[in-house]
Amino acid sequence: MDSATTVPDVIESEASASADKLARVPLVLNKRNFSWITERISGVVEERAPRWWWVAFAITSMVAMFGLFCLGYQISTGVGTWGLNHPVGWAWDITNFVFWIGIGHAGTLISAILFLLRQKWRTSINRAAEAMTLFAVICAAIFPGVHVGRVWMAWFLAPLPNNYGIWPNFRSPLLWDVFAVSTYFTVSVLFWYTGLVPDLATLRDRATTKIKKFLFGIFALGWRGSNRNWRHYEMAYLLLAGLSTPLVLSVHSVVSFDFATSIIPGWHTTIFPPYFVAGAIFGGFAMVLTLLIPARAIYKLHDIITPQHVDKMAKIILLTGSIVGYAYAMEFFVAWYSGNQYEKYAFYNRIFGPYWWYWWVGMLFCNTVAPQLFWFKKFRFNIYVVYFVCMCVNAGMWFERFIIIVGGLYRDFLPSSWGMFYPTWVDIWTFIGTFGIFTSLFLLFIRYLPMIAMSEVKIVLPEADPHHAFPGEHHTVAAGGKERT
Amino acid sequence: MRTPSGNRVYGMGAEYSSAAALYEAAKRVRDAGFKRWDVHSPFPIHGMDDAMGLGKSWLSAAVLAGGITGLLTAVVLTFGPSSLIYPLVVHGKPVDWRTVPAFFPIMFELTVLFAAFSAFFAMLLMNGLPRWHHPIFNWQRFSRATNDGFFLVIEARDPRFTEVEARELLEQSGGQHVTIIHED
Repeated sequence: MDSATTVPDVIESEASASADKLARVPLVLNKRNFSWITERISGVVEERAPRWWWVAFAITSMVAMFGLFCLGYQISTGVGTWGLNHPVGWAWDITNFVFWIGIGHAGTLISAILFLLRQKWRTSINRAAEAMTLFAVICAAIFPGVHVGRVWMAWFLAPLPNNYGIWPNFRSPLLWDVFAVSTYFTVSVLFWYTGLVPDLATLRDRATTKIKKFLFGIFALGWRGSNRNWRHYEMAYLLLAGLSTPLVLSVHSVVSFDFATSIIPGWHTTIFPPYFVAGAIFGGFAMVLTLLIPARAIYKLHDIITPQHVDKMAKIILLTGSIVGYAYAMEFFVAWYSGNQYEKYAFYNRIFGPYWWYWWVGMLFCNTVAPQLFWFKKFRFNIYVVYFVCMCVNAGMWFERFIIIVGGLYRDFLPSSWGMFYPTWVDIWTFIGTFGIFTSLFLLFIRYLPMIAMSEVKIVLPEADPHHAFPGEHHTVAAGGKERT
Repeated sequence: MRTPSGNRVYGMGAEYSSAAALYEAAKRVRDAGFKRWDVHSPFPIHGMDDAMGLGKSWLSAAVLAGGITGLLTAVVLTFGPSSLIYPLVVHGKPVDWRTVPAFFPIMFELTVLFAAFSAFFAMLLMNGLPRWHHPIFNWQRFSRATNDGFFLVIEARDPRFTEVEARELLEQSGGQHVTIIHED
């Protein structure tokens, strides 16, 4: 009898032990409750700006001002202040444009695609990533606007007839780009703001001064957390996510059409749209981590942005980095397989030509080799390794775009028309200036708006589940291990 | 309906201890046959729409309409100038309907753009937002609804509303701080 009763006990305890092992790590650590989340995240906005913030903002805004000065100088003097000339008519300007617009893609991937895939860990990072998207697109939009040379003619980009009644060419990828990028920015703003409304209401209800209450009150639109409102709100959010998902894939595809529809060797390839989209997400995730790792350290947000979050982002970098590496390899294969001498030369020249080290360091080491470290768990959980790889990717993705753009132009068909590209100080400082604009906007964002979506993080707590039973409390519905869907 | 002090009554509210308690209370209020009532929580509670007896949100219809409008706008915008007003032959390509693949990107982008705008504005319209004020903000405790509070409010406009019955229902379903909320 004794043995008969003990056997099930043993099995049961073994079962519960393996259940503990299999249990998912919670998305918010240390059993934090709703009001802790509100306090922690609103506190960042409500307390006085720390000294480091002023120092950082002073530096970044100075860099931004110098970037704006360079833009002003370029506009007032002429596009010749840049190093552009024949045969390289697109260089740093379009490189920077593609670089920045690519960075934005990670934000939309996190906010939209991961939402549709029900990846709940996205809630800790989506707000900051979406803000990053907006600021990156602002930086990106500067370059095509300014590189037209006569900025006052930039309205030619718009679908309007000119004074001879001629309309822009709607079959041109450059015009598609105008539509894609402006739609992307607008929809990203709508999505971001929709997500912000409940959190602005939180800040409104916590505001201590009249002016804060008024301003947050205006932007919170009178939100009161009503379920009759949440019902439409959730549907709107779902549909915005559903609309943003194909949108984000289309934007970098259209950007890649700028190159792929031409006949330049190294540009004229069908692999570009998926290759560019993967590269954009790859570079964007690196930038998300570049911004969030310091932010969480400074504001002690380790319970919300956990090692698990970093781990998952590192895995996405590994995946997209491997896709990008595959695409690089495929480009070489196709160049060889095509039997086209110009195409073959373009890729031979990419490795052994004057810009050889851009390829060896940027594309090979930074983009292809470095992310492979993330196969190992040890490295994904080592914040210094993660940060190092992200920095490699940030740099590598810029080099990649430079190699593609300038690499196609500077040695095309006729050796007599070959020529190198040399950036001027205006080129260089305009680019550095956009980093100033980007970081200044991001610093303002973490100072004045909740950088983590409070209302969304609260949903992933176990007690947000209406079928969650509190210890010592009895409900008609058992707690169970029911996954919220 | 007015209080003895002469204030008009907006409704009666109660606070609940958790999302689960609010969920159970909502089912009871729904079953009691009330129509003009609402629950308030810092985040959307899964399954609450059913607990309140609300159906699917038809916001999606507005988004569909917006998307179709965007698509048609793009058709007019691309074919209008390129085929009718000033046909422009580029790369020797046709200017009639056969040129449509070249217009797909613009059609797609405008579809998304218009659909996104309609999602946003339909959400505001269907929720009656933005608004300057709401009587519910007269309730001091209610500021926790955006932090960690769970509230249920039955409006006095509801035909079934009587002070006694509403109070009883709210208290029996586990509501605390049952309060009459003033309209002004």
